[in-house]
Amino acid sequence: MSAHDELHAHGDDHGHDDDLGIHATFSGYMTGFALSVVLTVIPFWLVMGHVITKSSTAAVIILALAAVQIVVHMIYFLHMNAKSEGGWNMLALVFTIVLVVITLSGSIWIMYHLNSNMMPSMMDPSNLP
Amino acid sequence: MLSHPDLAKLIFGRLSLDSLPLHEPIVVYTFIAVALGGIALLGTVTYFKLWGYLWREWFTSIDHKKIGIMYMILGFVMLLRGFSDAIMMRAHQALSFGDSHGFLPPEHYDQIFTAHGVIMIFFVAMPMVTGLMNFVMPLQIGARDVAFPFLNNFSFWMTVSGAMLVMASLFIGEFARTGWLAYPPLSAIVSSPDAGVDYYIWALQIAGVGTTLSGINLLVTIIKMRAPGMTMMKMPVFVWTSLCTNVLIVAAFPVLTVCLALLALDRYVGTNFFTTELGGNAMMYVNLIWIWGHPEVYILVLPAFGIFSEVTATFSRKPLFGYASMVYATVVITVLSYLVWLHHFFTMGSGASVNSFFGITTMIISIPTGAKIFNWLFTMYRGRVEFQLPMMWTVAFMVTFVIGGMTGVLLAVPPADFSLHNSLFLIAHFHNVIIGGVLFGLFAGITYWFPKAFGFRLDPFWGKCSFWLWVTGFYFAFMPLYMLGLMGVTRRLSHFDDPSLRIWFLIAAFGAFLIALGIACNIIQFFVSFKNREKLRDTTGDPWDGRTLEWSTSSPPPKYNFAFTPIVHDHDAWWMMKKNGFKRPLGGFVPIHMPLNTGAGVIMGAISFVFGFAMIWYMWPLAALSFVALLAVGIGHTFNYHRDYFLGADEVTRTEASRTELLASHV
Repeated sequence: MSAHDELHAHGDDHGHDDDLGIHATFSGYMTGFALSVVLTVIPFWLVMGHVITKSSTAAVIILALAAVQIVVHMIYFLHMNAKSEGGWNMLALVFTIVLVVITLSGSIWIMYHLNSNMMPSMMDPSNLP
Repeated sequence: MLSHPDLAKLIFGRLSLDSLPLHEPIVVYTFIAVALGGIALLGTVTYFKLWGYLWREWFTSIDHKKIGIMYMILGFVMLLRGFSDAIMMRAHQALSFGDSHGFLPPEHYDQIFTAHGVIMIFFVAMPMVTGLMNFVMPLQIGARDVAFPFLNNFSFWMTVSGAMLVMASLFIGEFARTGWLAYPPLSAIVSSPDAGVDYYIWALQIAGVGTTLSGINLLVTIIKMRAPGMTMMKMPVFVWTSLCTNVLIVAAFPVLTVCLALLALDRYVGTNFFTTELGGNAMMYVNLIWIWGHPEVYILVLPAFGIFSEVTATFSRKPLFGYASMVYATVVITVLSYLVWLHHFFTMGSGASVNSFFGITTMIISIPTGAKIFNWLFTMYRGRVEFQLPMMWTVAFMVTFVIGGMTGVLLAVPPADFSLHNSLFLIAHFHNVIIGGVLFGLFAGITYWFPKAFGFRLDPFWGKCSFWLWVTGFYFAFMPLYMLGLMGVTRRLSHFDDPSLRIWFLIAAFGAFLIALGIACNIIQFFVSFKNREKLRDTTGDPWDGRTLEWSTSSPPPKYNFAFTPIVHDHDAWWMMKKNGFKRPLGGFVPIHMPLNTGAGVIMGAISFVFGFAMIWYMWPLAALSFVALLAVGIGHTFNYHRDYFLGADEVTRTEASRTELLASHV
């Protein structure tokens, strides 16, 4: 089943023996929980309290907080760091970010072009590329 | 049927006797032939009492080698179906000039070209590529199975389930008439109200589950289960290309899933993602599907590159030239494959900046690919090249693929693409790279690893017949399409008015006929090889004097692959072991921990088929029922704790001793 049979000939190869790097502590979970709550409350407050009048600025801030929230989850709940799983987690994360950035920015760029060139009714001369 | 129309509608949805294509003589004859063939096959299996054997040893098997072989069989069977579509199209286009309208009515012709594309990509190329990776990769890294053996079996049966749905569409209802990517608005409910597009969606979604899961499985296997000492830069190149392919699968297939799910929502519940109303945009579908579609091209061709690397090194009796550059080229292709998708729709209305960006990235991707070609050439240079069949396929690939690559760079120039887009030039180009790259690679791989899988080599005479027919047939079939494309003939036409074009279509049809003979030779080759299996027997386990670990074990390998996990010191591990006078260990075997077969994969695949079929025909109660059943079996399987066993040391000793005897008797 696993290549490690000879090394662990006593049949305990169910587990994944590289998982030893995880240090799940109570205080770690509490820190993560507190940070998540703070990062969730701020966007609600921004929207409910009409703190920022310009909606696009508010949207950007909320998106940025969401991105921070993702990082908090990865560090405190998924226990990811640059060294976990022998660096594979970090590599996979970087690869994912690269692909997501390419896909999202590419799609937005392309759809903006298609929209401004191919939707004459919505066309505004200043939008032409 | 039922007397109460509402009840019938509830149970059968929109499926009725009218859905059977009884008015299409071609389909009816095909059905009769398939039914007779099927009855004959089932009868034979029953007569020889093989059901129990098939169920125990194959269907429920979670041995990566058997699953790999089953993937290959699925791919080959579907190749026959996909090729029948191809030769019908070629014959129809050669006939359909002027007053003659060929033998296929337009709505049938449209289904055929759609089915041809879908089947060849999703159910021929994908299963065969996955099958080879499944069979070869764990052996090459010195592992005993993949990381998640049950998941592997499940993935296979999901793929089968998707393939069965496509096959069912031939006889019940109809298949999509939209082209193989089903662009809206043509694939929207307004333009395609029948079940065809739904067959397309559900077949691909169900098979896609299998593909994604097998991608995760193989990826984890490569990262976690390499033999001790095999660092990343000591992996065989086929393992590297498999790694990159599976990374691409894991990253790209979710995009396809989401894209088809949004189309399904548009069709089933009336959302407007890809309509022109309420902010929907059909162009987003094209954008999304090509974000998956371009990596898909590399998902198919990268493993083929790996096969050619193994074959070239083995038959040139030299280590692969430029191993590190080969690896970097593969990784660069992996990333770049995400940067080029717009070149599939240059003409859709992007501005000059977008088109030139994607045109340039497309041209850049030919650099690492070109580096690979030079690496193979330099591997052959001053090698003792042996032109056995796998090597012949490799050389044919290099010539053909370079031509296809050059026409690809031509198409990457946006102004040129504006006159060549959707023309037969494009068709010729992508068949040139897919047949010349992927298919030739698969044939090289099948011939190369067949003795490993079955213990006897394939008959070289019929293999060479097949090779020459395929290669010449390919050139006859597709070079005329380049000419036609340059003259402005577009793809998917079912009738032509200009008689001067006909000669090119006749040549192309002749090429397709040659390929048909090539496929016939393939089949004869399998039969002849099986008949002469004693003469072609591989007793050594290393018939080609190979370089990588799969050749260190017997042919076919024991179910545990390696009695002791090999220790790797360099790449070309087996070559180094042979050079250093490696002696097989003859004793001291220990029990081996093995996974246990399970029927859950087959059952879940079958239920998925029912679920897909019910969704296609709007049989809501059945759909709900089968979905619940699917979940129940899936959850039920997690309570199956009886999943593994220890193969006793005495059985390992016996298996290894019989191999020792075999080796001694054939020195």
